[in-house]
Amino acid sequence: MLGFVIQRLLQAFVVMLIISLLVFVGVYAVGNPIDVMISPDATQQIREATIKAYGLDQPLWQQYATFLGRLMRGDFGRSFVFNMPVLDLIFSRLPATLELTLAAVLGATLLGVPLGMYAGYRPDSRFGKLVMAVSILGFSVPTFWIGLVLIFTFAVTLGWLPAGGRGATQSVFGVEWSFLTADGWRFMLLPAINLALFKFALMVRLARAGTRETMLTDTVKFARAAGLSEWTILRRHVLRLIAIPIVTVFGLEFGSTLAFAVVTETIFSWPGIGKLIIDSISTLDRPVMVAYLMLVALLFIMINFLVDIAYAALDPRLRVKRA
Amino acid sequence: MSTPLLQVRDLATHFDTAAGVLKAVDGVSFDVHAGEIVGLVGESGSGKSVTGFSILGLVDAPGRIVGGSVKLDGVELVGAGNAALRAVRGRRISMVFQDPSTTLNPVLSIGTQMRLALAAHERLSDVAARSRAVEALTRVGIPDAARRLDAYPHQFSGGMRQRVAIAIAMLNRPQLIVCDEPTTALDVSIQAQILTEMKALARDSGTALIWISHDLATVSSMAARILVMYAGRLIEEGPTAIVLRRPRHPYTLGLLNSLPGNAVPGRDLVQIPGTTPSLLDLPAGCAFAPRCTHADGMCATPPDLVRDGPRAVRCHHPVNAERAEVETAS
Amino acid sequence: MTAKDATSPLGRFWVEFKESRTAVAALGVVGVIVLLAVLAPLIAPQNPYDLAKLVLMDARRPPGFVGSNGFTHWLGTDAQGRDLLSAILYGLRISIQVGLIAGAIAFIMGATLGATAAYFGGRIEALLMRIVDLQLSFPAILLALVLSAILGQGKWQLVAALVTAQYAYFARTTHGAAAAERSKDYVDAALSTPLSAARVVFRHILPNCLPPLIVVATIQIANAISLEATLSFLGLGLPVSEPSLGMLIANGFQYMLSGRYWISIYPGVALIVLIVAINLVGDQVRDQLNPRLKR
Repeated sequence: MLGFVIQRLLQAFVVMLIISLLVFVGVYAVGNPIDVMISPDATQQIREATIKAYGLDQPLWQQYATFLGRLMRGDFGRSFVFNMPVLDLIFSRLPATLELTLAAVLGATLLGVPLGMYAGYRPDSRFGKLVMAVSILGFSVPTFWIGLVLIFTFAVTLGWLPAGGRGATQSVFGVEWSFLTADGWRFMLLPAINLALFKFALMVRLARAGTRETMLTDTVKFARAAGLSEWTILRRHVLRLIAIPIVTVFGLEFGSTLAFAVVTETIFSWPGIGKLIIDSISTLDRPVMVAYLMLVALLFIMINFLVDIAYAALDPRLRVKRA
Repeated sequence: MSTPLLQVRDLATHFDTAAGVLKAVDGVSFDVHAGEIVGLVGESGSGKSVTGFSILGLVDAPGRIVGGSVKLDGVELVGAGNAALRAVRGRRISMVFQDPSTTLNPVLSIGTQMRLALAAHERLSDVAARSRAVEALTRVGIPDAARRLDAYPHQFSGGMRQRVAIAIAMLNRPQLIVCDEPTTALDVSIQAQILTEMKALARDSGTALIWISHDLATVSSMAARILVMYAGRLIEEGPTAIVLRRPRHPYTLGLLNSLPGNAVPGRDLVQIPGTTPSLLDLPAGCAFAPRCTHADGMCATPPDLVRDGPRAVRCHHPVNAERAEVETAS
Repeated sequence: MTAKDATSPLGRFWVEFKESRTAVAALGVVGVIVLLAVLAPLIAPQNPYDLAKLVLMDARRPPGFVGSNGFTHWLGTDAQGRDLLSAILYGLRISIQVGLIAGAIAFIMGATLGATAAYFGGRIEALLMRIVDLQLSFPAILLALVLSAILGQGKWQLVAALVTAQYAYFARTTHGAAAAERSKDYVDAALSTPLSAARVVFRHILPNCLPPLIVVATIQIANAISLEATLSFLGLGLPVSEPSLGMLIANGFQYMLSGRYWISIYPGVALIVLIVAINLVGDQVRDQLNPRLKR
């Protein structure tokens, strides 16, 4: 087991290195970063001074080396736009995105899997077909459109919920969370639903497909022949069997949901890192872009790792036999 | 003779496919007595497995039982409600399937699967359930049963897995076990072991067996009585030794003659000419007629099953051949 | 005609496909939309790119409004005074164009990559698939977002971004199918004949890989259209001169809060109908090609 962990850590390190190179080259090598930082009518002198200060006159590989060196010390540089350390900037916005994503992902799974299992168990029932129809919508319709419709229906027409922003927060361990207040939920409900819909549809379809396939297997037939009730079969046999692909997708989609938060946060003006990256892209705030991409990459590697562990825990065939 | 344990009368199971109605089982009748081992023989597509499933009401859509009756101790099973069927399944009638690697759930320990089978019929404490499971595993010949209870199916060999499946089938001491080709997927050496063990188990616990197989040799070593199916119908019935030595139906005779073990060295292997008919498109009269050397105009009408003591045959022109003993596995 | 009467695989496929009324209806919808999009320059009442024809006074008018040039705007006008119906038709045209082109290029690139990896095996295969897997775990939208930002606006930049985000799906599917096929006995049998390896790959292995690829292709085209719309909505991707549906929706967003819903809603509806229809067709195709659902 330990060997497995070490091997994965080494792999992760190599991947991060490659990504850091790709990201750095991609972000810094294209266009001229200096144009963002100083106004167009600055004098040549100021221009050159700024270039020197940021080390932009050095050859690319040297800039990269400096970049790596600073990275090792945890210094991601300062944002061109906000003029504060990038890491601080990102971490101040991270909780908002995390709580939104978690709410969306948990809601989608807890609701989607049972509904999907039912649709797979009774594929020709009216309710089963209804669930599938809704899931197709949730799956096909672009997230931004659902957000618009949600705002239009609930905020503009019905006036029940606010159209944007984040609610009141409470501090836990020095971090501000809004899900701990009722007011926070008022603001979080619509964006969470918006973000969850795609994931929900995915879970429904996965659960349905898995259930449908599993119900036709000999395992289920044998369990029926032993006298097990349908409910027990679904709960103890089918659920355990479809859990494997679902957990895998859950993990992978968590990262994807985090990314999709970009769109939701833009529409609902939710102050998370998604909105931050959009703003950074349009203002070409490169240190923020680089740091964001690297952190996302790191997050994905961690998630993949956790999913692999969960996979082994769920499927005994994958566990290494002990001597 | 006492009332039969299981009485099947005119059982008919059809499949509604896109290509038409498939008459998998077309009017099958037979009895099984307590403690008896009955063999159900036929080639692929003869309807033997579907008969087995139909007894327990386990036919998956698009198949359904369209007629007939299956009575266990006089109680009708066809059309019985789900609760009634569940009470019978695993408790009074069990089933063992062909491929143990697909019948056991790979992600649950066998202990869990056995506990579920027990809990379906009885309320037991964890300790009691565990000891029952250990006892069942030991009885089917699995060593170190207590420790193996927490193992997973993939940690067992094929033969061991089938033993586990048999143990699960016998957990609640059923009166009848339907065995659907349980040794076909196993190595030949293991096959012989399982056959002997099952025969002994059945005898010791007084359980009746319906042994479904396409392999005449295994059936003849297990079953006291043999039923031959062809194209969804029962065409011959009788005590095993007698049917195999003096078959009445031309199909049975052809089947026995075509066994490689019965071939005369140096001569071509005997074959039954033609192929089994498609179950979508059965001939109007006797289903075997197109391939039968004894067929004539009379065979355009479907023959009835004619009983003669312990024997029965469905043929207008039954044969009266005397054959050498078929090699049986002991 | 029943399933057993049709002889060719395509014929059998079509007969089974026809049994689902939803799928057939969806296919019809897709066909109609594609037709409308192709004929857009001919049937659109107004050319939304022709800036000279735009009357600013007619901007933000509700559906049914008769413009100052005597022209009926059936779906209203947008913020620039463009006839919404025409803008939607042209927008559909662009969406379908981009989706199909990006999908096709991603298909070819990805399938070639996957097949190559499966063919060579060993270290090459492991390396290529590792890269594909890594990329797959990265969300498409982030990739497309960053690439769009780096490459700038423009149709071909957008296509490049979409292709980069999508080729991995094709690669993985092809590799999976090809790897499963190559271990089958018929390949050994075919390779032992005088047939060249390339012929074996193209005539025997690839056709067997097609079913899952078709399913992936349908999904990915819908995804490409959706992704393009999302990028346009966020302000990246296509330039303002070629208004895609995403951009129309974005432009109309601010007016929605004040009740002028049509500027965003109608292009949105058009987009949704297209994507949902494609997905419905893809669903039916996928169910039909799934061997484990055959009874």
